[in-house]
Amino acid sequence: MTVVQPLKGDAPTKSANADDDGEVAINCKVSKIYYGSFLAVRDAHVPIHKGKITGFIGPSGCGKSTVLRSLNRMNDLIQGFRLEGDVHFLGQDIYAKHIDPVVVRRYIGMVFQQPNPFAMSIFDNVAFGLRLNKFKGNYHERVEHALRRAALWDEVKDKLKASGLSLSGGQQQRLCIARAVATEPTVLLMDEPCSALDPIATRRVEELMLELKDDYTIALVTHNMQQATRVADVTAFFGVDISKGGRTGYLVEMGETEQIFQRPREQLTQEYVAGKFS
Amino acid sequence: MTDTTAPRTTSEPEEDDAPVLSHSWSDSRALRNNMLTIGAWLVALIAAIPLISVLYMLIVQGGSRLSTDLFTELPPAGFEMGGGFGNAIVGTILMVVIASIIAVPIGVLGAAYLAELGPDSQFVYAVLVLAMGTYSAIAGGVALAILMLPTVVLTAEEAMKMVPRKMKDAALGMGCTRTQMIWKVVFPTALPGILTGVMLGVARVAGESAPLLFTALFSNYWLSSLREPTASLSILIYNFSSMPFDNQIELAWAASLVLVLIVLVFNILSRLFGRPKY
Repeated sequence: MTVVQPLKGDAPTKSANADDDGEVAINCKVSKIYYGSFLAVRDAHVPIHKGKITGFIGPSGCGKSTVLRSLNRMNDLIQGFRLEGDVHFLGQDIYAKHIDPVVVRRYIGMVFQQPNPFAMSIFDNVAFGLRLNKFKGNYHERVEHALRRAALWDEVKDKLKASGLSLSGGQQQRLCIARAVATEPTVLLMDEPCSALDPIATRRVEELMLELKDDYTIALVTHNMQQATRVADVTAFFGVDISKGGRTGYLVEMGETEQIFQRPREQLTQEYVAGKFS
Repeated sequence: MTDTTAPRTTSEPEEDDAPVLSHSWSDSRALRNNMLTIGAWLVALIAAIPLISVLYMLIVQGGSRLSTDLFTELPPAGFEMGGGFGNAIVGTILMVVIASIIAVPIGVLGAAYLAELGPDSQFVYAVLVLAMGTYSAIAGGVALAILMLPTVVLTAEEAMKMVPRKMKDAALGMGCTRTQMIWKVVFPTALPGILTGVMLGVARVAGESAPLLFTALFSNYWLSSLREPTASLSILIYNFSSMPFDNQIELAWAASLVLVLIVLVFNILSRLFGRPKY
């Protein structure tokens, strides 16, 4: 057995509402997401294109993280979570009955808001996913490759046995990225990966995302509009609908990042990117 | 600290009204700080007095009888001189080991259930204790295990709850099942806390005499089978301390000291092996 191979054999389905050219890695067609009886998100049709960085922006509570976390079924861990609609990953509906969410998460990796390395050595952190997948090849090679990929190798190559928690915040986050890419997932979900980092560490992680884009499809939630303009190829803007009492997030518009920021189609997007509300 | 001419970052010349940066004992803030520090020391000392006095008594009264005889000889009869309590040491260690073999896996797994999976903790705990309760008459070890369980369960549960949520999320995000998350991340991270709980349980149970009176009883001979009445230090202390013979009373003191030393050694060992590695 080797590490999970991307499902390249499966022919990806062309999305009906994918207005851009290029293949769609995850075609997210969420109609409604509930937490208990609370409608958190409605109408979020967000195609995630292969080999591109898709940025999710919007004010607090607009459901951008909720949508991101429903792409690898992390929301299943929250009590009362219910999703209407479907999410197609390379042609398969990951919310279909026969799908195992645990397996889905091995193909769609995740980097969290807070750096969260395990209380183990740097090496073991990166090797964690390989061991989980019963990888039989050369661990040192793969770990080094992943750490180089995450631009962390030169800083840690002499202390691979040191604790992952001994690193600085920015290094920890790059370690988490190395851990996520070690198993070579098809898609990488990043939930505000820089919000706990200083500007220099943020810069490094952003550069890293641009490098990773060649090999991975990335979906990035960010609170920082400048970050979206710097790294995202495509941007999805989410808004909050308070007309029905609760705060329900929905997709306002989605397009090339340049178009969203320069020539938004919607009034709301215009106001948001101009900094009129946040 | 006594340097009155603190380095100044600005280029303005030294003036008479320059702020006083030197340390002053009469300053009310410093005064209060010192008073509180002294107060905290005093209180800590008072708390340690009973502990130290007990240890002092044990060493003074039992220390004189410390010799290898204690570990090799059997308890003396009425008017005999000398003797030891080797069989009671063996019995105590054996029963504590039996108790640990029973209580640690059940306690730790039960705690894992309570901390990570189970919704209703008190109910499960009651069931656990009741179910074990029916076997309590079989041997001292089982009786001690029952006494150990609550300590182990509660401390292990707390230790597992202390493992940060974000670390558990990381494990699930990598594609761990809940079981894998508990084995690969929660247990290793919580190990020092779990061991502390086990040691607390061992320390408690090693000095317990009441449950052994009705389960293991006592014996004046070396242990030959697990199904026979078995000697223990706590029962020996209980018996000998009320005897009218000086020799036995001295032995009771020595046994108390040995019991404390055994628990101490256990504790030091668990600290050594359970130290957080990362």
